[in-house]
Amino acid sequence: MSTYKELTWQGLWNNNPALVQLLGLCPLLAVTATVTNALGLGLATLLVLIGSNITVSLVREFVPKEIRIPVFVMVIATFVTVIQLLMNAYVYGLYQALGIFIPLIVTNCAIIGRAEAYASKNPWHHAAFDGLMMGLGFTLVLVLLGGIREIIGNGTLFDGANLLLGEWAAGLRIELFTVDYPLLLAILPPGAFIVMGFIIAGKNWIDQYRAARAEKPEKVVTRARVTSQ
Amino acid sequence: MTFKIAASPHTHQRRTTQQVMRWVYLALIPGVLAQTYFFGFGVYIQLALALLTAWVAEGLCMRMRGRPIGHAWQDHTAIVTAVLLAVSIPALAPWWIIVMGTAFAIVVVKHVYGGVGQNLFNPAMAGYVLLLVSFPVQMTSWPIPAELAQIQVSITDTLNLIFTGFTSAGYNLEQLRMGIDGMTMATPLDSLRNDLNHQLTLTEALTKPVFGDIAGIGWAWVNLAFLAGGLVLIKQKIISWHIPGGMLVGLLVPAAIYWLFNPDQAITPMLHLLSGATMLGAFFIATDPVTAATSNKGRWVFGLLVGFIVFAIRTWGGYPDAVAFAVLLANMCVPVIDRYTQPIAYGHGGRS
Repeated sequence: MSTYKELTWQGLWNNNPALVQLLGLCPLLAVTATVTNALGLGLATLLVLIGSNITVSLVREFVPKEIRIPVFVMVIATFVTVIQLLMNAYVYGLYQALGIFIPLIVTNCAIIGRAEAYASKNPWHHAAFDGLMMGLGFTLVLVLLGGIREIIGNGTLFDGANLLLGEWAAGLRIELFTVDYPLLLAILPPGAFIVMGFIIAGKNWIDQYRAARAEKPEKVVTRARVTSQ
Repeated sequence: MTFKIAASPHTHQRRTTQQVMRWVYLALIPGVLAQTYFFGFGVYIQLALALLTAWVAEGLCMRMRGRPIGHAWQDHTAIVTAVLLAVSIPALAPWWIIVMGTAFAIVVVKHVYGGVGQNLFNPAMAGYVLLLVSFPVQMTSWPIPAELAQIQVSITDTLNLIFTGFTSAGYNLEQLRMGIDGMTMATPLDSLRNDLNHQLTLTEALTKPVFGDIAGIGWAWVNLAFLAGGLVLIKQKIISWHIPGGMLVGLLVPAAIYWLFNPDQAITPMLHLLSGATMLGAFFIATDPVTAATSNKGRWVFGLLVGFIVFAIRTWGGYPDAVAFAVLLANMCVPVIDRYTQPIAYGHGGRS
Protein backbone atom coordinates (compact mmCIF):
# COMPACT_ATOMS: atom_id res chain seq x y z
CA MET A 1 0.00 0.00 0.00
CA SER A 2 2.83 2.35 0.75
CA THR A 3 3.84 2.24 -2.92
CA TYR A 4 0.51 3.82 -3.86
CA LYS A 5 0.85 6.45 -1.19
CA GLU A 6 4.35 7.26 -2.38
CA LEU A 7 3.17 7.46 -6.00
CA THR A 8 0.35 9.82 -5.04
CA TRP A 9 2.70 12.06 -3.14
CA GLN A 10 5.25 12.05 -5.97
CA GLY A 11 2.74 12.78 -8.71
CA LEU A 12 0.76 15.48 -6.98
CA TRP A 13 3.48 17.34 -5.13
CA ASN A 14 7.11 16.22 -4.75
CA ASN A 15 7.73 15.36 -8.37
CA ASN A 16 4.85 17.19 -10.02
CA PRO A 17 5.45 17.12 -13.80
CA ALA A 18 4.53 20.77 -14.26
CA LEU A 19 5.92 22.36 -11.12
CA VAL A 20 9.07 20.35 -10.43
CA GLN A 21 10.05 18.49 -13.58
CA LEU A 22 8.87 21.43 -15.73
CA LEU A 23 7.83 19.01 -18.46
CA GLY A 24 5.17 19.63 -21.06
CA LEU A 25 5.45 23.38 -20.70
CA CYS A 26 4.45 24.07 -24.30
CA PRO A 27 0.77 23.08 -23.97
CA LEU A 28 0.81 24.19 -20.36
CA LEU A 29 1.64 27.74 -21.32
CA ALA A 30 -0.18 27.93 -24.61
CA VAL A 31 -3.70 26.76 -23.84
CA THR A 32 -4.29 27.77 -20.25
CA ALA A 33 -5.99 31.07 -21.00
CA THR A 34 -9.24 29.76 -19.47
CA VAL A 35 -10.13 27.07 -16.94
CA THR A 36 -12.14 25.16 -19.53
CA ASN A 37 -9.28 24.87 -21.99
CA ALA A 38 -6.90 23.92 -19.19
CA LEU A 39 -9.25 21.25 -17.85
CA GLY A 40 -9.87 19.84 -21.33
CA LEU A 41 -6.21 19.53 -22.16
CA GLY A 42 -5.42 18.23 -18.67
CA LEU A 43 -8.00 15.45 -18.92
CA ALA A 44 -6.80 14.50 -22.41
CA THR A 45 -3.23 14.30 -21.15
CA LEU A 46 -4.36 12.32 -18.12
CA LEU A 47 -6.14 9.70 -20.23
CA VAL A 48 -3.21 9.38 -22.63
CA LEU A 49 -0.81 9.07 -19.73
CA ILE A 50 -2.75 6.25 -18.05
CA GLY A 51 -3.20 4.37 -21.34
CA SER A 52 0.40 4.71 -22.45
CA ASN A 53 1.76 3.80 -19.02
CA ILE A 54 -0.30 0.59 -18.87
CA THR A 55 0.62 -0.43 -22.41
CA VAL A 56 4.31 0.36 -22.06
CA SER A 57 4.41 -1.55 -18.81
CA LEU A 58 2.68 -4.58 -20.34
CA VAL A 59 5.00 -4.78 -23.37
CA ARG A 60 8.18 -3.88 -21.51
CA GLU A 61 9.52 -7.47 -21.55
CA PHE A 62 9.18 -7.75 -25.34
CA VAL A 63 10.62 -4.43 -26.45
CA PRO A 64 14.36 -4.46 -27.26
CA LYS A 65 16.24 -1.77 -25.34
CA GLU A 66 17.64 -0.23 -28.53
CA ILE A 67 14.32 0.71 -30.10
CA ARG A 68 12.27 1.38 -27.00
CA ILE A 69 11.84 5.12 -27.63
CA PRO A 70 10.22 4.75 -31.08
CA VAL A 71 7.97 2.04 -29.67
CA PHE A 72 6.91 4.27 -26.79
CA VAL A 73 6.20 7.13 -29.17
CA MET A 74 4.06 4.85 -31.32
CA VAL A 75 2.09 3.73 -28.28
CA ILE A 76 1.57 7.33 -27.15
CA ALA A 77 0.62 8.46 -30.65
CA THR A 78 -2.00 5.73 -30.81
CA PHE A 79 -3.63 6.88 -27.60
CA VAL A 80 -3.46 10.52 -28.65
CA THR A 81 -5.22 9.67 -31.91
CA VAL A 82 -7.93 7.86 -29.99
CA ILE A 83 -8.42 10.82 -27.67
CA GLN A 84 -8.36 13.25 -30.55
CA LEU A 85 -11.08 11.36 -32.42
CA LEU A 86 -13.17 11.08 -29.25
CA MET A 87 -12.88 14.81 -28.60
CA ASN A 88 -13.72 15.54 -32.21
CA ALA A 89 -16.87 13.48 -31.81
CA TYR A 90 -18.13 14.53 -28.39
CA VAL A 91 -16.66 17.93 -27.44
CA TYR A 92 -16.25 19.57 -30.82
CA GLY A 93 -16.17 23.17 -29.53
CA LEU A 94 -13.33 22.41 -27.18
CA TYR A 95 -11.60 20.39 -29.88
CA GLN A 96 -11.55 23.51 -32.01
CA ALA A 97 -10.44 25.73 -29.15
CA LEU A 98 -7.46 23.49 -28.33
CA GLY A 99 -6.54 23.04 -31.99
CA ILE A 100 -3.02 21.85 -32.69
CA PHE A 101 -2.28 21.22 -29.01
CA ILE A 102 -4.23 17.96 -28.94
CA PRO A 103 -2.02 16.19 -31.53
CA LEU A 104 0.95 17.84 -29.84
CA ILE A 105 0.27 15.77 -26.70
CA VAL A 106 2.37 13.12 -28.50
CA THR A 107 5.43 15.25 -27.94
CA ASN A 108 4.59 16.07 -24.34
CA CYS A 109 7.77 15.12 -22.51
CA ALA A 110 5.84 14.42 -19.32
CA ILE A 111 4.28 11.38 -20.99
CA ILE A 112 7.35 9.92 -22.64
CA GLY A 113 9.26 10.76 -19.48
CA ARG A 114 6.93 8.62 -17.35
CA ALA A 115 6.99 5.83 -19.93
CA GLU A 116 10.77 5.76 -19.91
CA ALA A 117 11.42 6.46 -16.24
CA TYR A 118 8.64 4.51 -14.55
CA ALA A 119 6.34 2.41 -16.72
CA SER A 120 9.12 0.54 -18.52
CA LYS A 121 10.50 -0.69 -15.20
CA ASN A 122 7.42 -1.44 -13.10
CA PRO A 123 4.38 -3.76 -13.11
CA TRP A 124 1.29 -2.50 -14.91
CA HIS A 125 -0.91 -1.69 -11.91
CA HIS A 126 1.77 0.52 -10.39
CA ALA A 127 2.37 2.15 -13.78
CA ALA A 128 -1.35 2.82 -14.20
CA PHE A 129 -1.54 4.45 -10.78
CA ASP A 130 1.58 6.48 -11.52
CA GLY A 131 -0.01 7.67 -14.76
CA LEU A 132 -3.17 8.64 -12.91
CA MET A 133 -1.33 10.62 -10.25
CA MET A 134 1.13 12.30 -12.62
CA GLY A 135 -1.77 13.19 -14.91
CA LEU A 136 -3.77 14.56 -12.00
CA GLY A 137 -0.81 16.64 -10.83
CA PHE A 138 -0.42 18.03 -14.33
CA THR A 139 -4.15 18.72 -14.66
CA LEU A 140 -4.36 20.46 -11.30
CA VAL A 141 -1.53 22.83 -12.17
CA LEU A 142 -3.11 23.48 -15.56
CA VAL A 143 -6.46 24.31 -13.97
CA LEU A 144 -4.86 26.51 -11.33
CA LEU A 145 -2.88 28.40 -13.97
CA GLY A 146 -5.93 28.69 -16.21
CA GLY A 147 -8.03 29.96 -13.30
CA ILE A 148 -5.54 32.63 -12.29
CA ARG A 149 -5.06 33.80 -15.86
CA GLU A 150 -8.78 33.86 -16.56
CA ILE A 151 -9.51 35.87 -13.40
CA ILE A 152 -6.73 38.39 -13.98
CA GLY A 153 -7.34 38.70 -17.69
CA ASN A 154 -11.10 38.51 -18.00
CA GLY A 155 -12.61 38.62 -14.53
CA THR A 156 -14.51 35.36 -15.17
CA LEU A 157 -14.23 31.69 -14.21
CA PHE A 158 -15.43 28.62 -16.18
CA ASP A 159 -16.15 30.73 -19.23
CA GLY A 160 -17.24 28.33 -21.97
CA ALA A 161 -17.48 25.33 -19.67
CA ASN A 162 -20.41 24.11 -21.78
CA LEU A 163 -17.91 23.30 -24.55
CA LEU A 164 -16.44 20.59 -22.34
CA LEU A 165 -19.27 19.46 -20.08
CA GLY A 166 -22.42 19.96 -22.10
CA GLU A 167 -25.16 22.55 -22.07
CA TRP A 168 -25.95 22.41 -18.34
CA ALA A 169 -22.46 23.74 -17.62
CA ALA A 170 -23.19 27.12 -19.19
CA GLY A 171 -24.57 28.09 -15.78
CA LEU A 172 -21.18 27.45 -14.19
CA ARG A 173 -19.79 30.67 -15.62
CA ILE A 174 -18.95 33.03 -12.79
CA GLU A 175 -18.40 36.70 -13.46
CA LEU A 176 -16.18 37.94 -10.63
CA PHE A 177 -15.89 41.48 -11.90
CA THR A 178 -16.53 43.20 -15.20
CA VAL A 179 -13.61 44.64 -17.07
CA ASP A 180 -13.99 47.21 -19.77
CA TYR A 181 -10.59 46.36 -21.16
CA PRO A 182 -9.23 42.84 -20.57
CA LEU A 183 -5.64 42.67 -19.34
CA LEU A 184 -4.42 41.06 -22.54
CA LEU A 185 -0.98 40.28 -21.15
CA ALA A 186 -2.42 37.72 -18.73
CA ILE A 187 -4.18 35.95 -21.57
CA LEU A 188 -1.20 36.06 -23.93
CA PRO A 189 1.74 33.62 -23.46
CA PRO A 190 3.96 36.06 -21.47
CA GLY A 191 1.27 36.13 -18.79
CA ALA A 192 1.44 32.33 -18.60
CA PHE A 193 5.19 32.46 -17.99
CA ILE A 194 4.85 35.10 -15.29
CA VAL A 195 1.98 33.36 -13.46
CA MET A 196 3.78 30.00 -13.76
CA GLY A 197 6.85 31.58 -12.16
CA PHE A 198 4.77 32.77 -9.23
CA ILE A 199 3.11 29.35 -8.82
CA ILE A 200 6.51 27.61 -8.73
CA ALA A 201 7.77 30.21 -6.26
CA GLY A 202 4.72 29.57 -4.10
CA LYS A 203 5.33 25.81 -4.16
CA ASN A 204 8.95 26.28 -3.15
CA TRP A 205 7.92 28.66 -0.39
CA ILE A 206 5.48 26.06 1.03
CA ASP A 207 8.22 23.40 0.83
CA GLN A 208 10.65 25.62 2.71
CA TYR A 209 8.05 26.51 5.29
CA ARG A 210 7.29 22.83 5.89
CA ALA A 211 10.97 21.93 6.07
CA ALA A 212 11.55 24.68 8.60
CA ARG A 213 8.66 23.46 10.72
CA ALA A 214 9.72 19.84 10.47
CA GLU A 215 13.13 20.64 11.92
CA LYS A 216 12.88 19.89 15.54
CA PRO A 217 14.03 22.69 17.77
CA GLU A 218 17.29 21.81 19.48
CA LYS A 219 16.90 20.61 22.98
CA VAL A 220 17.90 23.39 25.32
CA VAL A 221 19.64 22.19 28.39
CA THR A 222 18.87 24.32 31.36
CA ARG A 223 20.97 23.84 34.39
CA ALA A 224 19.38 23.94 37.71
CA ARG A 225 21.19 26.28 39.97
CA VAL A 226 22.10 24.53 43.13
CA THR A 227 24.24 27.13 44.75
CA SER A 228 23.25 30.54 45.79
CA GLN A 229 24.77 33.54 44.06
CA MET B 1 54.27 54.24 10.55
CA THR B 2 51.67 51.94 9.10
CA PHE B 3 50.94 51.56 5.44
CA LYS B 4 47.35 50.88 4.68
CA ILE B 5 46.93 47.96 2.31
CA ALA B 6 43.64 48.22 0.51
CA ALA B 7 42.27 45.73 -1.97
CA SER B 8 41.15 46.88 -5.40
CA PRO B 9 39.23 48.74 -6.76
CA HIS B 10 41.41 51.76 -6.02
CA THR B 11 39.34 54.29 -7.87
CA HIS B 12 35.95 55.02 -6.48
CA GLN B 13 32.78 56.48 -7.79
CA ARG B 14 32.37 59.51 -5.58
CA ARG B 15 28.65 59.59 -5.94
CA THR B 16 26.08 57.55 -4.10
CA THR B 17 23.18 55.91 -5.90
CA GLN B 18 20.90 58.59 -4.53
CA GLN B 19 23.01 61.38 -6.04
CA VAL B 20 23.20 59.66 -9.43
CA MET B 21 19.45 59.09 -9.49
CA ARG B 22 18.80 62.67 -8.40
CA TRP B 23 20.84 63.93 -11.36
CA VAL B 24 18.87 61.69 -13.69
CA TYR B 25 15.48 62.97 -12.65
CA LEU B 26 16.66 66.56 -12.48
CA ALA B 27 17.89 66.21 -16.06
CA LEU B 28 14.44 64.99 -17.05
CA ILE B 29 12.87 68.33 -16.02
CA PRO B 30 13.34 70.14 -19.38
CA GLY B 31 11.66 67.26 -21.17
CA VAL B 32 8.79 67.18 -18.68
CA LEU B 33 8.30 70.94 -19.05
CA ALA B 34 8.28 70.67 -22.84
CA GLN B 35 5.77 67.85 -22.70
CA THR B 36 3.53 69.84 -20.39
CA TYR B 37 3.71 72.82 -22.72
CA PHE B 38 2.53 70.79 -25.70
CA PHE B 39 0.33 68.11 -24.16
CA GLY B 40 -1.14 69.78 -21.08
CA PHE B 41 -1.16 69.36 -17.33
CA GLY B 42 -1.96 65.68 -17.56
CA VAL B 43 1.78 65.05 -17.47
CA TYR B 44 1.96 66.35 -13.89
CA ILE B 45 -1.00 64.24 -12.77
CA GLN B 46 0.54 61.13 -14.32
CA LEU B 47 3.80 62.00 -12.55
CA ALA B 48 2.06 62.36 -9.20
CA LEU B 49 0.19 59.08 -9.63
CA ALA B 50 3.34 57.25 -10.71
CA LEU B 51 5.40 58.58 -7.81
CA LEU B 52 2.71 57.72 -5.26
CA THR B 53 2.31 54.20 -6.65
CA ALA B 54 6.06 53.63 -6.78
CA TRP B 55 6.45 54.85 -3.20
CA VAL B 56 3.72 52.55 -1.87
CA ALA B 57 4.79 49.56 -3.97
CA GLU B 58 8.43 49.93 -2.96
CA GLY B 59 7.48 50.15 0.71
CA LEU B 60 5.21 47.11 0.54
CA CYS B 61 7.83 45.04 -1.28
CA MET B 62 10.58 45.91 1.17
CA ARG B 63 8.25 45.07 4.03
CA MET B 64 7.33 41.71 2.54
CA ARG B 65 10.99 40.94 1.96
CA GLY B 66 11.86 41.91 5.51
CA ARG B 67 14.28 44.65 4.50
CA PRO B 68 14.56 48.19 5.86
CA ILE B 69 11.97 50.29 4.06
CA GLY B 70 13.71 53.62 4.43
CA HIS B 71 16.70 52.24 2.57
CA ALA B 72 14.71 51.67 -0.59
CA TRP B 73 13.01 55.04 -0.44
CA GLN B 74 16.34 56.79 -0.02
CA ASP B 75 18.12 55.49 -3.09
CA HIS B 76 15.63 57.21 -5.43
CA THR B 77 15.74 54.47 -8.09
CA ALA B 78 11.98 54.05 -7.80
CA ILE B 79 11.55 57.77 -8.47
CA VAL B 80 13.45 57.48 -11.75
CA THR B 81 11.39 54.44 -12.77
CA ALA B 82 8.17 56.29 -11.96
CA VAL B 83 9.18 59.45 -13.82
CA LEU B 84 10.32 57.54 -16.91
CA LEU B 85 7.09 55.61 -17.06
CA ALA B 86 4.99 58.74 -16.48
CA VAL B 87 6.60 60.63 -19.36
CA SER B 88 6.31 57.61 -21.66
CA ILE B 89 2.55 57.20 -21.44
CA PRO B 90 -0.04 59.51 -23.02
CA ALA B 91 -0.73 62.49 -20.78
CA LEU B 92 -4.49 61.98 -20.65
CA ALA B 93 -4.53 58.21 -20.16
CA PRO B 94 -6.94 56.95 -17.46
CA TRP B 95 -5.49 56.79 -13.96
CA TRP B 96 -5.44 53.00 -13.65
CA ILE B 97 -3.04 52.74 -16.61
CA ILE B 98 -0.15 54.44 -14.86
CA VAL B 99 -0.95 52.83 -11.50
CA MET B 100 -0.95 49.34 -12.98
CA GLY B 101 2.21 49.96 -15.01
CA THR B 102 4.20 51.39 -12.12
CA ALA B 103 3.08 48.69 -9.71
CA PHE B 104 4.07 45.98 -12.20
CA ALA B 105 7.42 47.68 -12.84
CA ILE B 106 8.30 47.92 -9.16
CA VAL B 107 6.83 44.68 -7.81
CA VAL B 108 7.37 42.16 -10.60
CA VAL B 109 10.22 43.55 -12.67
CA LYS B 110 12.32 44.98 -9.85
CA HIS B 111 11.63 43.26 -6.53
CA VAL B 112 10.84 39.75 -7.74
CA TYR B 113 14.31 39.71 -9.29
CA GLY B 114 15.90 40.90 -6.04
CA GLY B 115 15.51 44.67 -5.88
CA VAL B 116 17.91 47.46 -6.78
CA GLY B 117 20.72 46.37 -9.06
CA GLN B 118 19.43 42.83 -9.61
CA ASN B 119 16.77 43.31 -12.25
CA LEU B 120 17.30 41.82 -15.68
CA PHE B 121 15.01 44.21 -17.52
CA ASN B 122 14.53 47.94 -17.37
CA PRO B 123 11.55 48.23 -14.98
CA ALA B 124 10.01 51.31 -16.59
CA MET B 125 10.12 49.79 -20.06
CA ALA B 126 8.82 46.40 -18.94
CA GLY B 127 5.90 48.22 -17.30
CA TYR B 128 5.38 50.19 -20.51
CA VAL B 129 5.34 47.05 -22.63
CA LEU B 130 2.82 45.41 -20.27
CA LEU B 131 0.55 48.40 -20.80
CA LEU B 132 1.13 48.67 -24.53
CA VAL B 133 0.44 44.99 -25.15
CA SER B 134 -2.60 44.92 -22.87
CA PHE B 135 -4.26 48.26 -23.60
CA PRO B 136 -3.22 49.35 -27.11
CA VAL B 137 -6.06 51.88 -27.48
CA GLN B 138 -5.35 53.83 -24.31
CA MET B 139 -1.60 53.65 -24.83
CA THR B 140 -1.66 55.15 -28.31
CA SER B 141 -4.21 57.90 -27.60
CA TRP B 142 -1.78 60.77 -27.30
CA PRO B 143 -3.44 64.16 -26.88
CA ILE B 144 -2.72 66.39 -29.85
CA PRO B 145 -0.46 69.40 -29.37
CA ALA B 146 -2.34 72.34 -27.83
CA GLU B 147 -1.91 74.58 -30.86
CA LEU B 148 -3.73 72.12 -33.13
CA ALA B 149 -6.53 71.23 -30.75
CA GLN B 150 -10.09 72.29 -31.29
CA ILE B 151 -10.95 72.27 -27.60
CA GLN B 152 -8.48 73.49 -25.01
CA VAL B 153 -8.33 71.47 -21.80
CA SER B 154 -8.13 73.17 -18.41
CA ILE B 155 -6.60 71.70 -15.26
CA THR B 156 -9.95 70.62 -13.80
CA ASP B 157 -10.93 69.09 -17.11
CA THR B 158 -7.62 67.20 -17.19
CA LEU B 159 -8.32 65.80 -13.72
CA ASN B 160 -11.84 64.85 -14.74
CA LEU B 161 -10.58 63.16 -17.88
CA ILE B 162 -7.97 61.10 -16.10
CA PHE B 163 -10.22 59.98 -13.27
CA THR B 164 -13.64 59.73 -14.94
CA GLY B 165 -12.96 59.70 -18.67
CA PHE B 166 -15.01 62.82 -19.41
CA THR B 167 -14.48 66.56 -19.07
CA SER B 168 -17.03 68.65 -17.20
CA ALA B 169 -18.56 69.61 -20.55
CA GLY B 170 -18.98 65.94 -21.37
CA TYR B 171 -16.28 65.51 -23.98
CA ASN B 172 -14.36 62.24 -23.96
CA LEU B 173 -10.74 61.73 -24.93
CA GLU B 174 -11.59 60.68 -28.47
CA GLN B 175 -13.43 63.96 -29.13
CA LEU B 176 -10.64 66.02 -27.60
CA ARG B 177 -8.15 64.41 -29.93
CA MET B 178 -9.84 65.90 -32.95
CA GLY B 179 -7.99 68.62 -34.73
CA ILE B 180 -9.44 71.81 -36.15
CA ASP B 181 -10.52 69.90 -39.24
CA GLY B 182 -12.50 67.41 -37.14
CA MET B 183 -10.15 64.49 -37.81
CA THR B 184 -8.70 62.48 -34.94
CA MET B 185 -4.94 62.86 -34.99
CA ALA B 186 -2.37 60.25 -34.30
CA THR B 187 1.23 60.85 -33.27
CA PRO B 188 3.56 61.68 -36.17
CA LEU B 189 5.07 58.18 -36.29
CA ASP B 190 1.66 56.54 -36.02
CA SER B 191 0.15 58.67 -38.73
CA LEU B 192 3.13 58.15 -41.02
CA ARG B 193 3.02 54.37 -40.57
CA ASN B 194 -0.67 54.25 -41.38
CA ASP B 195 -0.30 56.40 -44.47
CA LEU B 196 2.70 54.50 -45.79
CA ASN B 197 0.78 51.27 -45.26
CA HIS B 198 -2.05 52.75 -47.30
CA GLN B 199 0.25 53.26 -50.27
CA LEU B 200 0.67 56.99 -49.82
CA THR B 201 4.07 58.43 -50.63
CA LEU B 202 6.15 60.14 -48.00
CA THR B 203 5.48 63.60 -49.42
CA GLU B 204 1.75 63.03 -49.32
CA ALA B 205 1.90 61.64 -45.81
CA LEU B 206 3.92 64.59 -44.55
CA THR B 207 1.30 67.13 -45.58
CA LYS B 208 -0.81 66.36 -42.49
CA PRO B 209 -0.84 69.24 -39.99
CA VAL B 210 0.56 67.08 -37.19
CA PHE B 211 4.03 67.14 -38.76
CA GLY B 212 4.62 70.89 -38.68
CA ASP B 213 7.95 71.99 -40.10
CA ILE B 214 10.57 69.66 -38.69
CA ALA B 215 9.46 66.41 -37.15
CA GLY B 216 6.00 66.82 -35.74
CA ILE B 217 4.62 69.76 -33.81
CA GLY B 218 5.64 69.45 -30.18
CA TRP B 219 7.47 66.15 -30.58
CA ALA B 220 10.58 67.75 -32.01
CA TRP B 221 10.80 70.18 -29.09
CA VAL B 222 10.14 67.47 -26.52
CA ASN B 223 12.94 65.41 -28.05
CA LEU B 224 15.30 68.38 -28.10
CA ALA B 225 14.50 69.03 -24.43
CA PHE B 226 15.34 65.45 -23.54
CA LEU B 227 18.51 65.77 -25.61
CA ALA B 228 19.50 68.84 -23.59
CA GLY B 229 18.93 66.99 -20.33
CA GLY B 230 20.90 64.04 -21.62
CA LEU B 231 23.85 66.22 -22.58
CA VAL B 232 23.90 67.57 -19.03
CA LEU B 233 24.12 63.99 -17.75
CA ILE B 234 27.06 63.28 -20.05
CA LYS B 235 28.75 66.50 -18.97
CA GLN B 236 28.28 65.50 -15.34
CA LYS B 237 29.67 62.02 -16.12
CA ILE B 238 26.48 60.38 -14.82
CA ILE B 239 26.25 58.43 -18.05
CA SER B 240 28.96 57.74 -20.61
CA TRP B 241 28.41 58.85 -24.18
CA HIS B 242 28.79 55.32 -25.56
CA ILE B 243 25.22 54.10 -25.19
CA PRO B 244 23.40 57.20 -26.46
CA GLY B 245 26.03 57.61 -29.20
CA GLY B 246 25.73 53.98 -30.21
CA MET B 247 21.97 54.09 -30.21
CA LEU B 248 21.72 57.24 -32.29
CA VAL B 249 24.30 55.93 -34.78
CA GLY B 250 22.61 52.53 -34.88
CA LEU B 251 19.32 54.25 -35.65
CA LEU B 252 20.55 57.00 -37.98
CA VAL B 253 22.88 55.08 -40.29
CA PRO B 254 20.46 52.31 -41.36
CA ALA B 255 17.63 54.86 -41.47
CA ALA B 256 19.62 57.17 -43.73
CA ILE B 257 20.69 54.34 -46.07
CA TYR B 258 17.15 52.97 -46.26
CA TRP B 259 15.77 56.45 -46.90
CA LEU B 260 18.30 57.23 -49.65
CA PHE B 261 17.38 54.09 -51.53
CA ASN B 262 13.71 54.34 -50.79
CA PRO B 263 12.87 58.04 -50.46
CA ASP B 264 9.15 57.59 -51.00
CA GLN B 265 8.37 54.87 -48.52
CA ALA B 266 10.81 55.40 -45.69
CA ILE B 267 10.61 57.49 -42.55
CA THR B 268 13.06 60.37 -42.88
CA PRO B 269 16.16 60.22 -40.67
CA MET B 270 15.10 63.53 -39.10
CA LEU B 271 11.75 62.06 -38.06
CA HIS B 272 13.54 59.03 -36.66
CA LEU B 273 15.75 61.22 -34.51
CA LEU B 274 13.27 63.84 -33.35
CA SER B 275 10.05 61.94 -33.05
CA GLY B 276 8.64 59.38 -30.69
CA ALA B 277 10.80 58.46 -27.73
CA THR B 278 14.19 58.47 -29.48
CA MET B 279 16.02 60.97 -27.30
CA LEU B 280 14.34 59.88 -24.07
CA GLY B 281 15.32 56.32 -24.92
CA ALA B 282 18.88 57.11 -25.94
CA PHE B 283 19.84 59.23 -22.94
CA PHE B 284 17.60 58.08 -20.10
CA ILE B 285 16.26 54.59 -20.76
CA ALA B 286 18.99 52.66 -22.55
CA THR B 287 21.60 54.08 -20.18
CA ASP B 288 20.14 52.40 -17.08
CA PRO B 289 23.33 51.24 -15.31
CA VAL B 290 21.77 48.00 -14.07
CA THR B 291 20.38 46.56 -17.26
CA ALA B 292 22.85 47.90 -19.86
CA ALA B 293 26.25 46.46 -20.76
CA THR B 294 29.15 47.39 -18.47
CA SER B 295 32.37 47.88 -20.44
CA ASN B 296 32.74 50.79 -22.87
CA LYS B 297 33.02 48.48 -25.86
CA GLY B 298 30.00 46.56 -24.64
CA ARG B 299 28.06 49.79 -24.26
CA TRP B 300 28.79 50.65 -27.88
CA VAL B 301 27.51 47.28 -29.04
CA PHE B 302 24.46 47.59 -26.77
CA GLY B 303 23.66 51.08 -28.06
CA LEU B 304 24.05 50.07 -31.69
CA LEU B 305 21.80 47.09 -31.11
CA VAL B 306 19.07 49.19 -29.49
CA GLY B 307 19.25 51.74 -32.30
CA PHE B 308 19.07 49.13 -35.01
CA ILE B 309 16.11 47.34 -33.41
CA VAL B 310 14.27 50.67 -33.12
CA PHE B 311 14.87 51.28 -36.82
CA ALA B 312 13.81 47.76 -37.77
CA ILE B 313 10.57 47.80 -35.77
CA ARG B 314 9.64 51.30 -36.90
CA THR B 315 10.24 50.30 -40.51
CA TRP B 316 8.92 46.74 -40.71
CA GLY B 317 7.26 46.01 -37.38
CA GLY B 318 3.70 46.27 -36.19
CA TYR B 319 4.19 49.13 -33.73
CA PRO B 320 4.81 52.77 -34.65
CA ASP B 321 7.45 53.30 -31.97
CA ALA B 322 9.84 50.74 -30.66
CA VAL B 323 12.14 52.09 -27.98
CA ALA B 324 10.64 49.97 -25.21
CA PHE B 325 10.80 46.73 -27.19
CA ALA B 326 14.29 47.53 -28.43
CA VAL B 327 15.57 48.19 -24.91
CA LEU B 328 14.05 44.98 -23.54
CA LEU B 329 15.40 42.88 -26.42
CA ALA B 330 18.85 44.40 -25.99
CA ASN B 331 18.62 43.81 -22.21
CA MET B 332 18.33 40.11 -22.97
CA CYS B 333 21.54 40.24 -25.00
CA VAL B 334 23.51 41.98 -22.27
CA PRO B 335 25.00 38.82 -20.67
CA VAL B 336 26.32 37.75 -24.09
CA ILE B 337 27.62 41.23 -24.87
CA ASP B 338 29.36 41.42 -21.51
CA ARG B 339 30.88 37.98 -22.01
CA TYR B 340 32.53 38.92 -25.31
CA THR B 341 33.55 42.48 -24.49
CA GLN B 342 35.17 41.87 -21.15
CA PRO B 343 38.23 44.14 -21.00
CA ILE B 344 41.57 42.44 -20.41
CA ALA B 345 43.17 43.45 -17.14
CA TYR B 346 46.60 45.05 -17.42
CA GLY B 347 49.31 42.40 -17.45
CA HIS B 348 46.99 39.50 -18.07
CA GLY B 349 47.84 38.68 -21.67
CA GLY B 350 45.67 39.66 -24.54
CA ARG B 351 46.46 39.53 -28.18
CA SER B 352 50.12 40.63 -28.37
